[in-house]
Amino acid sequence: MNAVKFLIAAYVATWLIHGIYIGTLVRRFSRLRRESKDIGKQK
Amino acid sequence: MKRLFPILSVITAIFLAYALYEALVVAPTDAQQGDVYRIIYYHVPSAWTAFLLFFINFIASIQYLASKKPSSQTAVKWIVIVIGVVGVIACFLPPVQRLIPAGMRPSAVATTVLAIPLFYFVIGKYFPGDNLDVLAVTSAEVGVVFCTIVLVTGPIWARPVWGIWWAPGDIRLTSTLVLWLIYVSYLMLRRFSNSAQTQMLAAALAIFGALDVPLVYFSIWFFRTQHPQPVIGGGGSMDPRMLNVLLISWMAFLCFAFLVCWQRYRLELLHREIEAAHAMDSLVGSGVAAKASLPLSRSPQ
Repeated sequence: MNAVKFLIAAYVATWLIHGIYIGTLVRRFSRLRRESKDIGKQK
Repeated sequence: MKRLFPILSVITAIFLAYALYEALVVAPTDAQQGDVYRIIYYHVPSAWTAFLLFFINFIASIQYLASKKPSSQTAVKWIVIVIGVVGVIACFLPPVQRLIPAGMRPSAVATTVLAIPLFYFVIGKYFPGDNLDVLAVTSAEVGVVFCTIVLVTGPIWARPVWGIWWAPGDIRLTSTLVLWLIYVSYLMLRRFSNSAQTQMLAAALAIFGALDVPLVYFSIWFFRTQHPQPVIGGGGSMDPRMLNVLLISWMAFLCFAFLVCWQRYRLELLHREIEAAHAMDSLVGSGVAAKASLPLSRSPQ
């Protein structure tokens, strides 16, 4: 039973890392889109 | 293309859910390790995906460096062809076969060697000019994410099986950590350097960094290590049902990696477009300022 905790931990850690990375991608995308709109307005 | 991404995302999500079901329910329990061995279905596919992405980064970096000097481009192209042809033939010659570690199939080595020219020409065809550099940074960043998963899930698996989180001095573990550090430094170089030579320096670092990938892979054969033998390419043995689930899991992770790379690639293109727009703005601004600061006697009539 104790070993199953490690299995769950490994699976959760994997998706946590992917989730954090996708979160940073989304954040960077929204920042760049905002910047892109600002540049468009200035022109 | 905008419609394709949501469709592919749904398909990948279903595929990942199916792979999870196969890993947790369908795959048989290991006689020695019990259920904890199922970490293999995330640990190994993540490692293979990271290696593949670092390999793409390696090829894109070579292409990028070669593209900066047209005279060397032809030479590199021929070197790659020679590596592919000679490498594949050599793998089946008895003197070379004797050098291949016991348990490793020559066909596995030949396939890997053949991937070099194949990837070189495919990447060169579909990613011209500076897009090679965009591909390089994309593959390195996503590769680091997958390598991080390998380094996190490995100790979680080692603890109940080996009784320790980390085996200090173990060549497989250490070389994987070094590989991760090399690519993290590659990303740091790209993030914090503003020099005009950054892309060239990063490409050179990537080529040297990629040399660690074969060391990580072959370390099992050449050195005494606590890490188990590989499950494909010879050397290890695995229940066919387990191997089947492992391959399904890898395919699912490859689809996922493809989607993430796609978005990261788009992000990098957008970032460069904005940087170019800012550079243009500042050039125009400085041009106006320069005109304004001209002495009246020298100002254009």
